[in-house]
Amino acid sequence: MSQATKPVHEIVDAVYRSESRRILATLIRLLGDFEIAEEAMHDAFAAAVEQWPREGVPTNPRAWLVSTGRFKAIDGIRRQARFVSDGPSGDGMMTELADRLAAETEDIAEKLDESVEDDRLRLIFTCCHPALAPDARMALTLREVCGLTTEEIARAFLTSPATLAQRIVRAKTKIRDARIPYQVPSQSELPERLETVLHVVYLMFNEGYSASSGNSLTRADISGEAIRLGRLLLELLPEPEVTGLLALMLLQESRRAARSSPDGEIILLDDQDRSLWNREFIAEGTALVRQTLITRRVGPYTLQAAIAAVHAEAQTSSATDWQQIVALYDVLVQMIPSPVVELNRAAAVAMRDGPEAGLVLIDALLARGELDEYHLAHSARAELCRRLGRKDDARVSFERALNLTQQEPEKRFLKRRLAELA
Amino acid sequence: MKYLCTIYIDEKKLAAMSQSDYQAVVQRCLDYEDELRVSGHMIAAEALEPIHAATTVQMRGGKMSVTDGPFAETKEQLVGFFMINAGSQDEAVRIASKMPQAQIGSIEVRPIKDLTQH
Repeated sequence: MSQATKPVHEIVDAVYRSESRRILATLIRLLGDFEIAEEAMHDAFAAAVEQWPREGVPTNPRAWLVSTGRFKAIDGIRRQARFVSDGPSGDGMMTELADRLAAETEDIAEKLDESVEDDRLRLIFTCCHPALAPDARMALTLREVCGLTTEEIARAFLTSPATLAQRIVRAKTKIRDARIPYQVPSQSELPERLETVLHVVYLMFNEGYSASSGNSLTRADISGEAIRLGRLLLELLPEPEVTGLLALMLLQESRRAARSSPDGEIILLDDQDRSLWNREFIAEGTALVRQTLITRRVGPYTLQAAIAAVHAEAQTSSATDWQQIVALYDVLVQMIPSPVVELNRAAAVAMRDGPEAGLVLIDALLARGELDEYHLAHSARAELCRRLGRKDDARVSFERALNLTQQEPEKRFLKRRLAELA
Repeated sequence: MKYLCTIYIDEKKLAAMSQSDYQAVVQRCLDYEDELRVSGHMIAAEALEPIHAATTVQMRGGKMSVTDGPFAETKEQLVGFFMINAGSQDEAVRIASKMPQAQIGSIEVRPIKDLTQH
């Protein structure tokens, strides 16, 4: 159906779905305040519902909505100024603000199209600013960039909408009061700031990917949002690590259906039905990894994606190129010295050289103490002991892992392993 | 001698004040600042945005770390400061005791250390 024959409210709905995040991002830049911008956007859409049936749909609906929103906001501030005379900001300041906004943002409609993508990137960097609390960054990004409702985000994080709303309000207040700038960081700051953004996206993905608890469908939605955000970032800022992160998320997501049984039991990589892996995600993820490896600017996300790609290529667990996986972990350990990465490397060494070789590495790691409270270190040790027939050692480590984990599916998995040993 | 008087007040208490009470306190503070300016004690005085606007920065090994906070775990938060000239600790404390903020929160009086003197 063409725009001319479609009912106007359907057109408004469609514009809302495809453009509201862009419009909001631009209004935040123009008005300098999240709350005012959100209100302005809703006023603009309300005006569209009222005016478009009468006056026709404008040629550039987005530009119309942005300039209408801007006008409504400035008008609103002017009107408020007449009523508020003894508040802390005083009416002079309000009028001044309205005048300044009106003067500074006059020619927006012409410049709109060239700056709109920058506005989205600005919004991402502001929502993921390191001066905001880590849990607030993720919530704010889902709310403002992805457009999820507070209720949806609260459900995904298994918390109450009130708690989540408060977290978001606090973050917005800080952005306003501390004058956190609404801009894409300069070239010199970009690497560190991008790292923070990518971290938020990856945490978001993992929030939906870990088999911890809650409604599994909603959790998958959060991973889906993280992947969408990864795609958006890649479109806006084609840096190697942005590509690497998207590849990593796609390759991990490809295994979702195979990671648990229909009744929610964990299935380890070795035992997964590889025919359930999502081939489309694997093809896309693998292509992105190749593309990034050529740039020679390889970061931790790209390396982890490369490891995931090697797994994805193998027809069976035994056909996995463990030599290459260990080599990739060797580079990763150099890049991010972390005991968890070393643990993963040890597991790969066990697959390449046998359980004995892996166990030596894991025991050395555990002796350092940093992983003592990490249940996966103990379950990895238990697994290797089990393969070596050292049942008593395996039992002790499985029990230790069981004491350390809070995740229900993980607990059931460990109990099953313990029962098999008996 | 220079002294820094840092003012700690429970931000919740401030937020709970009525607009007119709050304005009255602010006015008394501004008046006292003027008084200290006339007497020659004043070097500088400022109020701070609430603690939720605070950010902590650290440089470690050439890498910058920026974090939210510090958080308002303590009962009273740093809300402002006076930097004053005073002849002695006693005089500084006397000046601080007359600050209107002392009636709501507490004021820490610390002599300034001159890093060029040993």
